[in-house]
Amino acid sequence: MTAGVAVAGSTVTGSTVTGDAVTGSTVTGAAPVREVAAPDVPPGAVAARGGGGWARTRARLAVVLPPLVFGVVAVALWEAYVQAYDIKPYLLPAPSEIWTQFRHSFRVIVDTSKATGSNALVGLVVGLVTGLVAALVAASSKVVDGLLAPVAAAMNAIPIIALAPLFNSMFSTTSSVPRRLVVAIVVFFPVYVNTVRGLRQVPEVQRELMRSLAVGRWRFARTVQLPGAIPYFFTGFRLASSLAVIAAVVAEYFGGRQNGLGSRITSAAANTAYPRAWAFVLAACVLGIAVYLLAGLLEWLATPWRRGSGSTSST
Amino acid sequence: MTSTPPQTDQAAAGQAAPEQVTAAPADGGGPAPAVEVRGVDKVFPVAGGGATVALTGIDLTVAPGEFVSLIGPSGCGKSTLLRLVADLVEPTRGAVRVFGEPARAARQSKRYGIAFQQAGLLEWRTVAGNVELPLQVHGVKKRERRERARELLELVGLGDFAGHWPAQLSGGMQQRVAIARALAERPPLLLLDEPFGALDEMTRERMQAELARIRLETSTTVILVTHSIPEAVFLSDRVAVMSPRPGRITEIIDVDVPGRVTAPGESGGGAGGAGVPAVSAVPAVEDAVGQAEDVREQAAFFEAVTAVREALRAGGGS
Repeated sequence: MTAGVAVAGSTVTGSTVTGDAVTGSTVTGAAPVREVAAPDVPPGAVAARGGGGWARTRARLAVVLPPLVFGVVAVALWEAYVQAYDIKPYLLPAPSEIWTQFRHSFRVIVDTSKATGSNALVGLVVGLVTGLVAALVAASSKVVDGLLAPVAAAMNAIPIIALAPLFNSMFSTTSSVPRRLVVAIVVFFPVYVNTVRGLRQVPEVQRELMRSLAVGRWRFARTVQLPGAIPYFFTGFRLASSLAVIAAVVAEYFGGRQNGLGSRITSAAANTAYPRAWAFVLAACVLGIAVYLLAGLLEWLATPWRRGSGSTSST
Repeated sequence: MTSTPPQTDQAAAGQAAPEQVTAAPADGGGPAPAVEVRGVDKVFPVAGGGATVALTGIDLTVAPGEFVSLIGPSGCGKSTLLRLVADLVEPTRGAVRVFGEPARAARQSKRYGIAFQQAGLLEWRTVAGNVELPLQVHGVKKRERRERARELLELVGLGDFAGHWPAQLSGGMQQRVAIARALAERPPLLLLDEPFGALDEMTRERMQAELARIRLETSTTVILVTHSIPEAVFLSDRVAVMSPRPGRITEIIDVDVPGRVTAPGESGGGAGGAGVPAVSAVPAVEDAVGQAEDVREQAAFFEAVTAVREALRAGGGS
């Protein structure tokens, strides 16, 4: 069949290439078309293959190394500063102290992280699903959209601080529901707003294309609107993932079940064991990053067309 | 079997000058027109009261198999006119008929394929998936779809890129995919809104040669909106020159350039050509490009370009 390789730079003037069959009566079968002299070179196709794996490794290192180096230097400076000026632990503990406490309390950290993590994940899933459903409904009905917009904005404006103790009093003290509910509410808003935006922002050219094909509303949604909204949904998801962990930690500050990281932070601080409090804070950071990376991974899996060599040209 | 370069001897021996006609094609009493626009006005309401008159008094008839270009400066309404034919906008007055049906019915029966200035490919579908789109939404079975997409991608010279994502293609390649998609259901009418507008000159000329070749292959009726005079003259049987404020067709020019790759059964001599053998084989891309270069270098070609340019100037544009 066709060996249609783009040979950049060469041109073929009007002479016939070979004497073989240029029948023209059918398009399938013998391939009369050869891709030659492509002056418009596609962005990713002729990649810098020379240097191979090393070039790619270097590129990855260039991305990963600077923040790593920065982090290490920052921690080193922190340690030096605390030691040099003999800063008291209640002001700013030294990283070495924090790390010691982290190691000492490791088992507790693991258990409490599991509890906070599961609260964050459950709340995340609930918030994602409700946010997605609400966005779908809002995008298809102007009435619903008009009703939901102020509600969503109000929900976002209410601080968690106000909600947490209220929920705690609504449920039993051994229930995890209040914390998970807080997380779900915090997650709902960014997911809803971003997904609605994605569902609404169908490019005009795609709308016209679908109209020219005389497709019905449902077909249009399935073929163009929903797939087009996927990147927007994941933007909301990524935002929400960090918020979920924060909410799960902070919700514990106000009573209710005390089996997570938040309660340990407060109790350590109350007992003036500041390095230990910071150790739990560190654990919360790690948890937050883990959930964020999970969201990123899911996004990567769901959008194969974005995995390319960084070419984002869309004319 | 190589394709015969057509009518080059006729080109050497004196050329027919482009004639100027103001309304219907030469064969007035021929078969039913492919597209008929009668007395069409289009007025767009403007926010805050008032209105923009995009088009007034448009009369245009396109015969089946004809290639008509709409050319004019910005604001002359040529894209609006194309969208009226496509039933993407409705006329304020007058009627648009496509193959004897009202434009809306023609759209719902999918009598045309359309390509816009932006390729408008769906980024989450592969190249082949994009070409298959019209077939898929109209319920064609997977095997048939795949086969047809492969066929079309070969036709536009992108057979090796079927599995690529649109973001991996250059602008010219994306446009070729868009044109392949427009041809997916073998529509009798092809509507093109400045599809080559975003491309560089070399790619553009190459795409024009391919379009001419595709048209020869498929005998489709084509309406092309363009800014480029050489493009219009190279591809069209007739060029409708439009001017703005208000948008109207000022002149329709018959293009009569020998050696042009035309539809089978039509000689390159236009209304006056006699005894000239039609091109019987579909040339390969290189042949079409070669012939295209020959065509673009003929005196008749330049004369036609001049005629169109003068008509544009007379109409108050460019």
